[in-house]
Amino acid sequence: MSDHALPMSRAAPDYNEAVVKKFIIATVFWAIVAFLVGVYIATELAWPQFNLGLSFINFGRLRPVHTSAAIFAFGGSALLGTSFYVVQRTCRARLFGGEALANFVFWGYQFFIVMAALSYVIGFSQSQEYAEPEWHLDVWLTIVWVAYAVIFIGTLMKREEPHIYVANWFYLAFILTIAVLHIGNNLAIPISLYSAKSYSVASGVQNAMIQWWYGHNAVGFFLTAGFLGMMYYFIPKAANRPIYSYRLSVVHFWSLIFMYIWAGPHHLHWTALPDWTQTLGMAFSIMLWMPSWGGMINGLMTLSGAWDKLRTDPGLRFSVTAVGFYGMATFEGPVMSIRDVNALSHYTDWGIGHVHSGALGWVAFISFGAIYYLVPVLWKRSGLYSARLASWHYWIATLGIVFYITSMWVAGIMQGLMWRAYDQFGFLQYSFAESVVAVHPYYVIRLLGGLMFLTGALIMVYNLIKTVHSPETERDVALPTAVAVAGE
Amino acid sequence: MFGTLQFIERNAFLLLVFTLITIAIGGIVEVVPLFTIETTVEHVKGVRPYSPLEQRGRDIYTREGCYTCHSQQIRALRDEVERYGHFSLAAESMYDHPFQWGSKRIGPDLARVGGKYSSDWHYAHLINPQSVVPESLMPHYAFLADTPLVTDDIVARLRTLRMVGVPYTDEEIASAAADLATQANPAADNAALVKRYPKAMTVLGNGREVTEMDALVAYLQVLGTMVDFADPANEHLQQ
Repeated sequence: MSDHALPMSRAAPDYNEAVVKKFIIATVFWAIVAFLVGVYIATELAWPQFNLGLSFINFGRLRPVHTSAAIFAFGGSALLGTSFYVVQRTCRARLFGGEALANFVFWGYQFFIVMAALSYVIGFSQSQEYAEPEWHLDVWLTIVWVAYAVIFIGTLMKREEPHIYVANWFYLAFILTIAVLHIGNNLAIPISLYSAKSYSVASGVQNAMIQWWYGHNAVGFFLTAGFLGMMYYFIPKAANRPIYSYRLSVVHFWSLIFMYIWAGPHHLHWTALPDWTQTLGMAFSIMLWMPSWGGMINGLMTLSGAWDKLRTDPGLRFSVTAVGFYGMATFEGPVMSIRDVNALSHYTDWGIGHVHSGALGWVAFISFGAIYYLVPVLWKRSGLYSARLASWHYWIATLGIVFYITSMWVAGIMQGLMWRAYDQFGFLQYSFAESVVAVHPYYVIRLLGGLMFLTGALIMVYNLIKTVHSPETERDVALPTAVAVAGE
Repeated sequence: MFGTLQFIERNAFLLLVFTLITIAIGGIVEVVPLFTIETTVEHVKGVRPYSPLEQRGRDIYTREGCYTCHSQQIRALRDEVERYGHFSLAAESMYDHPFQWGSKRIGPDLARVGGKYSSDWHYAHLINPQSVVPESLMPHYAFLADTPLVTDDIVARLRTLRMVGVPYTDEEIASAAADLATQANPAADNAALVKRYPKAMTVLGNGREVTEMDALVAYLQVLGTMVDFADPANEHLQQ
């Protein structure tokens, strides 16, 4: 399983770590951008004057910048970078395709992100959630993604290990499924080859179903399967333990990727989508609870006998807390997919809270865990500059998440209840505007939670820069490289 | 069982193929029948393609990301029907490329906002939402009133929409530019426009040029008004 368990007589191949380093820097940079824009649009919702009447920073244009920066820029850079690291180590093979192709994927992907963000603020959007980039950028991303798949699959093919390590199954499922979803959901015809404007091929009901087949599996395969790949490498490495159960990983991998694809229609309960589709989506969403918790159990139980490391390794603390949030969000999701719960929760801030317990608690935390592990390894330092600062990051960020999700639960359930409340005469009790006023305090608390999360991330940036540059973290003894990193 | 299946994890190609098959099933079962089962979208009297100005307004709506705060889908729930009107029918978004059902209501649902407020109200509201709804969190869209609408590509737009299934006739495409100008000019004779696009509401305009705001208001004013639920032909839809 682990490369370091191999006999020392086999020399480590000359891994391409340069591209991994670039992706890690990009991950940290985009994390700050995503959190900063998130904080700003949270401010706009608390005090709409902050829209300033300027078209390009209006909430409607900035919100896709926030979601794309968080999912594709921050999450995507973390996934691409760690997958390049993990696939090389677990296959004992240098990246397929050479440095040029790897660099093309890095710069091509960053170019996509920057162009996408710019296009939203200047006024181009397909107006489909998490698939806002217009057709020309979609074509570009497809090219970059194919190059990425070629590198990853090529490296798997030329591996020197007989077995493909479990983390790679998840990364592979992520790469393949995102390709299918991206092409399927972005089918559109431009009004001219020289125009960035296009119209989607599907309309209405079918368009809605395809969008949420895409949208929910952006969650399932980008934000879940990919990050499970991260979990399956970095938690065992940091804990220095093998995966708890190989069988469980097999069962939960195949059941997870099979069931996730069906879950999309739970975004369309009680709508004009046919009932049979809604029911199928609900049934699979509820069943999805089990494979999700299979992954959680496998991650947490890997810590068996190594729980004491949580006291000394702040990176591992992030990873393990991430798995906890993953378990919580993947229980909440099936509950919200039940039609009668959804009648209350849909269209409210409960959904926003749910998404952020996944995005902040799971995606960001598991990435922070990997980053705290990787930076000393990649930059060949003896360890983190300050475990204490990482600990501060951990507690501030955790508290920030708690503020965020609890305020959104309260706001969301309150909105849902106010919208359906009847007075003693049988009339609707509240106007919509009254529900807007009622949630204001919770929007301020949410903003506070977001600010704390951003503050924690800024502490991380400082800590990482000092880790790379401070003389304190220089390696004073020349140890065999592979052994030196294993104990960190 | 796990021992015998291990060959999949030792062959990258097999792993790839089995993964692709596994992830394909759910999508195929849920998406393909929506295109083949005829009752998925039952045709309803009154639903028509958007007029050129309305469609351009819709383009502004998607460009500005209005869907991030407003849904266009009234669910079949008692309180929603009382608050917003008849629940949304599949046919009512059959010409929506892309659909704009939304997923979050920071503001109210707009599926049937058409005709609820005067066009004057919409202009005032878009310029400064808080001037008419003090509690509103909506950004100001005054810049739309200062931005001339790009109209020279209207034929290309309608032609593209026809390619993806919106039944614009040759006549409608030929008269697109004229129809667009007519709908933004209260002084113009709109008989031909209304014949082609029943219930198309003429907006105020500023008398000089067609602005993006004119288009957006025309779009908002048609939302949810195409189906006449009082019409005996639509009796089966009554709640």
